[in-house]
Amino acid sequence: MIEIVNEARCTGCNICVRACPTNVFEAVDGGIPRIARQDDCQTCFMCELYCPEDALFVAPQADRPATEEDAQVLRDATWGSYRDAVGWGPGRRSTAVLDASYVLLTKAH
Amino acid sequence: MTQANARQRKVTDAFVGKRHDVDVLVIGGGPAGTWAAISAAANGARVVLADKGYCGTSGATAPSGTAVWYVPDDGDTRERAKASRFEMGGRLAEHDWMDRVLTQTWDNVQQLADWGYPFPVDEFGQSQRTSVQGPEYMRLMRKRVKESGARILDHSPALELLVDDDGAVAGAAGVNRQTGETWQVRANAVVIATGGCAFLSRALGCNVLTGDGQLMAAEVGAELSGMEFSNAYGLGPAFASVTKSMFYKWATFYDEDGQKIEGAGSARGRGVIARELASRKVFGCLDLADEQVRAWMRTAQPNFFLPFDRLGIDPFTQHFPVTLRLEGTVRGTGGLNVTGRDCTTSVDGLYAAGDAATRELICGGFTGGGSHNAAWAMSSGFWAGAGAATFARANRRAASAALYHTGGVALQETSAHEGIDSAQVIRAVQDEVFPYERNWWRSADLLADSLTRLDALWQQLRSSAPATNAQEAVRAREAAAMLATARWMYRSAQQRTETRGMHRRVEYTETDDSQHHRLLSGGLDDVWVRRHPVANRTHHAPHAPHSPRESLSTAPHRALNGALA
Repeated sequence: MIEIVNEARCTGCNICVRACPTNVFEAVDGGIPRIARQDDCQTCFMCELYCPEDALFVAPQADRPATEEDAQVLRDATWGSYRDAVGWGPGRRSTAVLDASYVLLTKAH
Repeated sequence: MTQANARQRKVTDAFVGKRHDVDVLVIGGGPAGTWAAISAAANGARVVLADKGYCGTSGATAPSGTAVWYVPDDGDTRERAKASRFEMGGRLAEHDWMDRVLTQTWDNVQQLADWGYPFPVDEFGQSQRTSVQGPEYMRLMRKRVKESGARILDHSPALELLVDDDGAVAGAAGVNRQTGETWQVRANAVVIATGGCAFLSRALGCNVLTGDGQLMAAEVGAELSGMEFSNAYGLGPAFASVTKSMFYKWATFYDEDGQKIEGAGSARGRGVIARELASRKVFGCLDLADEQVRAWMRTAQPNFFLPFDRLGIDPFTQHFPVTLRLEGTVRGTGGLNVTGRDCTTSVDGLYAAGDAATRELICGGFTGGGSHNAAWAMSSGFWAGAGAATFARANRRAASAALYHTGGVALQETSAHEGIDSAQVIRAVQDEVFPYERNWWRSADLLADSLTRLDALWQQLRSSAPATNAQEAVRAREAAAMLATARWMYRSAQQRTETRGMHRRVEYTETDDSQHHRLLSGGLDDVWVRRHPVANRTHHAPHAPHSPRESLSTAPHRALNGALA
């Protein structure tokens, strides 16, 4: 589930408020968006892809918010790693062009 | 019921909110909805596309990636592609539809390439087009919808359809769930492309998919088909949302002590996993993947690795707990019944496309998702958009024409004071449809047991007070849609006293030739189910392999049919 809007990175552009398909974020006047409905998060990671500042971190657990146990996971939060993996953002090239699914589909069957 | 209710509930001039007058309204902005909008606009229609979430990230495809049933028209390649899933689907697929979808999908994928989708190129310089990456595909589709001139309404769930004096569908009413503002789109034709229903199971990208379109369509009298084929479960790490199953072909499954679980697998061994999960934890490990395969996996599905990387788990060497999440009719095949080649439904002015519609026409009672569903989404969306545009042109309605509300539960005035506790209804429905012993396997006693509670719950909803604000209305309608879906599912499952496709009856483990028909269903207060013949020319029956497993290893073009689950 979405866990962190990084205050140092976020510019308050509110793209995540628009892009989240389950309406998890809420714009805040004069501030950065807040996670208003965390329980509605479907852990699809799309907000990370659409964040131009790499300011969001979605924790891997889909069924519950992070607890004390997950402190390390949050401390190790990687900023923009998914966006980097799909090659979105300035100076990057979409990695769809490297998609080896066609090879795996042949091997899988 | 629709007409009578509708007549009593005229859309009044006192309507406050945004009003759009167009030719075609498309509800849903996934692959099917975006293809429908583009196709309708290309046929000269003024189009609005309303998405509950954000067109481009909404739905099962966007955060995922999907194989496409993309098969060259080359010798007997397409015949073999058709035959490979024909038996698994219980021989309910229809040849005309399979042929049409293969042709249309081929054309649409060429179109994607022309639009600039970056398909990979293989070592022989050949562009490989059997799969697409979700974020890239849907970002491109959003762009093309906008360029087509269609207008997109994001975060704008439709709550109900509107009809005219003749009962023809004439638009929809909804809300913007971020501003709370109401909207009304008056249209001469409507395409339902809202996806299947996965019961808020948190399977990847599926929580937008609660069966909303099927509920709205049923309220105006539309029929469904194949709702017994609704028990697909996605395999993935127990802690994560990533129900992408293809890589588990390279997995071994273990118990807590590290002992291999014989027979467990991602395809035919998934039942073994379901059985084990009923009593103990099951662990997976992709230990059959060599270095080369591991590298290919990273480029094929970057999101597959997110949960593992973030938890510091190496899925190739470490055992991690797995689970099966219900994906209902998203990876199932049941949905709105399509009565014409342009994907019209049994109701005038109403069209259905993608996972909201039945996919039995091309894969019968089984699909691994991806592949066939992706091909169906782009083909049916394309046809529904064109059909809706043509219908709209021939059936123009005056801007002042009287329209009527059709929404029941959560929208209609009742004498009750108490509203719907949506969270409680959702949990109650999940309790009936999630358990493997009720849904992976179906039995007469448990189906009846679940239906007793589900029917009572429906009566309770019917007599509850309407929602008082936008957020509440959206959630209550989702709860009602899930409940309606569960009742069509289990009523249909009761009727099919055999095992066919993904529908498994405990008491009837064999396929019964006398039940080689489809099951249509519908109704809300009173759910009905009836038989419908499969339209196939008998002389054209494909030479089916003895078992699906055999075809997997023998057909050279098998890859093209595979689900990139």
